[in-house]
Amino acid sequence: MSEPLYTLKCGKAGCFYPEYERKADLKDQTHYCPGCGHGITHKLMAEAIDELGIQDRVILVSPVGCSVFLYYYFDVGNVQVAHGRASAVATALKRARPEAIVISYQGDGDLAAIGSAEILHSANRGENITVLFVNNGIYGMTGGQMAPTTPVGAKTTTTPRGRNVWNDGYPLHISEVLSSLEGPSFIERVALGNPKQILQAKKAIRKALEAQIKGLGFSLVEVLSPCPTIWKMDPVEAQRYVREEMTRIYPLGAKRDRLAEAAPRPLPEAPPPLEEIPRLLKIDTRPSPPSARHLEGLEDRIKIAGFGGQGVLLLGQLIAEAGMDDGLEVSWLPSYGPEMRSGTSNCHVRLASKPVDSPLVTRPNILLAMNEPSLRKFLPDVADGGLVLYNGQHVPEDCHRPGVRVLAMPFAEMADSIGSAKAGNIVMLGALMALHPVLPDEKIDGALKRLVKTERWLELDRAAFACGKNAALELESCHA
Amino acid sequence: MMTVEAPPKVDKGRVAINREICKGCGLCVEACALHVLALSHEINRFGYHPAVYQGHGCNGCALCFYACPEPAALEVYKLEA
Amino acid sequence: MAKQLVKGNEALMKGAILAGCRAFYGYPITPANEIAEAAAAYLPPVGGVFLQAESEVAAINMVFGAASAGVRAMTASSGPGISLMGEGISYLAGAELPCVIADITRGGPGLGNIAPEQSDYFQVVKGGGHGSYRTLVLAPASAQEMCDLTFDAFELAAHYRNPVIVMADGFIGQMMEPVEFPREAKLPPPPEWAVLGDARTRPNLITSIYLEPDALEAHIRKLDAKYQRMQRESVRCENYMTEDAELVFVGYGIVSRVLKSAVNRLRNEGIRAGLVRPVTLFPFPTEQIRAAARTAQTFFVVEMSTGQMVEDVRLALAGMRPVEFYGRCGGNSPSAEEIVEKAMEVMAHV
Repeated sequence: MSEPLYTLKCGKAGCFYPEYERKADLKDQTHYCPGCGHGITHKLMAEAIDELGIQDRVILVSPVGCSVFLYYYFDVGNVQVAHGRASAVATALKRARPEAIVISYQGDGDLAAIGSAEILHSANRGENITVLFVNNGIYGMTGGQMAPTTPVGAKTTTTPRGRNVWNDGYPLHISEVLSSLEGPSFIERVALGNPKQILQAKKAIRKALEAQIKGLGFSLVEVLSPCPTIWKMDPVEAQRYVREEMTRIYPLGAKRDRLAEAAPRPLPEAPPPLEEIPRLLKIDTRPSPPSARHLEGLEDRIKIAGFGGQGVLLLGQLIAEAGMDDGLEVSWLPSYGPEMRSGTSNCHVRLASKPVDSPLVTRPNILLAMNEPSLRKFLPDVADGGLVLYNGQHVPEDCHRPGVRVLAMPFAEMADSIGSAKAGNIVMLGALMALHPVLPDEKIDGALKRLVKTERWLELDRAAFACGKNAALELESCHA
Repeated sequence: MMTVEAPPKVDKGRVAINREICKGCGLCVEACALHVLALSHEINRFGYHPAVYQGHGCNGCALCFYACPEPAALEVYKLEA
Repeated sequence: MAKQLVKGNEALMKGAILAGCRAFYGYPITPANEIAEAAAAYLPPVGGVFLQAESEVAAINMVFGAASAGVRAMTASSGPGISLMGEGISYLAGAELPCVIADITRGGPGLGNIAPEQSDYFQVVKGGGHGSYRTLVLAPASAQEMCDLTFDAFELAAHYRNPVIVMADGFIGQMMEPVEFPREAKLPPPPEWAVLGDARTRPNLITSIYLEPDALEAHIRKLDAKYQRMQRESVRCENYMTEDAELVFVGYGIVSRVLKSAVNRLRNEGIRAGLVRPVTLFPFPTEQIRAAARTAQTFFVVEMSTGQMVEDVRLALAGMRPVEFYGRCGGNSPSAEEIVEKAMEVMAHV
């Protein structure tokens, strides 16, 4: 009679390391306490990885908490991260490597307290990651403090009189909260309260991973798990507590299951060839134009100021752009922030034949003031011998300064007469180029072509420039 | 594939427990409906009372395996058909 | 190649992409927004990832994830956001992950304002996060350097396996200057240590935890050796007219530009002024500053803060020469005129 043969039915999963080399000692045993739910959850996850044949593809994110050393055990790609941030890290891992299977393993302190923003938004974006959320209602590693998931009335080291809703609020139902979002494809709460529940947990974990493999988006399994040591129960009692008490607070079952109907997330498109990158970045790869002219000793420090919406910043950019195109050294510096959304606005422009030292214009030789407050504010700063153009009918009585030429012209009104008061800035530019001809007209026109968005405005601005230039030349000839 | 010699009375299954890895939590004992597992009176090198298989009566259901938190502490074998 | 008039912040992001950056995770904050906006515009078409995170905390940890997976990754923020990122930067340094962080500084403390300041020096240069770590810090002073130094930042980050911070004030970020971009883009393969989710990299582990004191001490010593190597090999500094300077200014970022203007004016007044401009704030150009003391009678540090870098200048000189300080803050910037005036006062007493 031949001996009956027994073959291994259930043993250590293949994606566990044969020996836990990264542990300092006890290399064949986990670091978990007797009866801890992490070990069971690890086994279920490991079996699912083996069954799905994804060991090479898995990147496992170790959290902070008792499971911080997940990477001791799992022979997969491992990344250990900051407290609460596992799903944010997992997000980027998956975005970086869409072919990888990214698993974020998090406890309840990690996920439901400090990491609540990260999990909410990862779920809401429908990140194609799988989260294993181990809920034992307590902070284990730090020694038994209250978690957001701690049952009402439960005594912990930080709720010595029991969790009091008036002080501590209520147990947080993460699976239900996340199931209110559109992003997740699969969310189920399971428990480790007895072998039947454990087998159901295994199915759920496998399903969640399948969701990711199929590209269906965010999946999460919440595992109600015993913590006998901190609960001060023996393992069998703790298991009973999970089965009978925790499941009353946290009802089991699938909270979201769109595996049948969800469409896979689109995969990223193939990147363009490297030599295409400069063009895609709108980088000008033409050879640089020869330095057209060299204005010896040019050192313009221009301040342009007005109300938001008067085109102050654009006017400055046009001068800088045209100057650069003409081979000059230039800089443009805006005032920025709330004032660019309302109120006053100003910018500093440097035009120079030598490299620009400071782009800040504190002693302008040219001030372009689009309104009276700007004129009053900056006139005292203008250097002797400077030129001021003011958008107005007359220079206010008290705004004359010896040694500074202050010229008033109704630039906005002039622009209005040719189509839009908004072109007042370009009328002013025309006048400036008549009185201070440092840039050729064709360079100004080139700058307009590059910076003005529509054909209609380009035509209007060309007319505005001519109008301002002619008016100023006329004024000059009258003076002469 | 590992093979283990069957006992005279042919059971459908067998349990193998590594007594030096087992932490004696007793969840496997609790999981076994056939009551073929027990905690040893002896203690292992870490001071735990490891689970032991009484040697016969296992039907290979593997519920003890799923209840066990230690990946390498407990194996379940099934009788070849 | 032709120059283009672009904002410093935009130049920074284009430099990053040309250096192979393919992931940007960020959160809106003035005056750094143009960086994220450029990333949103340009990264997806080149096969990169742009994601607006739920917070700076999430953003820096997403950078951690992308870097773990071997992608050249970055974020950008300003003072308050960098404060929030402190923990994540410490993790990146501890796990030896390369990444680039742009800090376009603004006024603090608290909400402060959005105008430019240089008051992030302590938090960025001295650490900010917990633990014995350093970040290499580059301080551009022009739009061109926003591109070039960011490009270099990715190379340095990869070389040292360490976060590199590009710290520029709001002015440098917001101003437009002509920029000549690098002609060619690069995209290095993922480094050997990265976790890619494949068979080859399965044994790889990214972590910053070393439970055993001896193991952690060895790790910290290794990091420290790296920082010392940075000090030996990667100091950058610009000297302007220091050969014969009796008065040497020290300033970085936008201030260095104003100081050049002040040097030019003082030279016209017959005062032999010069400028040492640290380009790397860590490693700090200690030797270059000491070298300037060969001619300099007095050092004059100017910052847009109440004085942070000045401590490093004093440490460098170790009492060899007097170190004067002038600072503006709150979003005010020192003008060349006021610096000249202060310098004349100082020189009158020498």
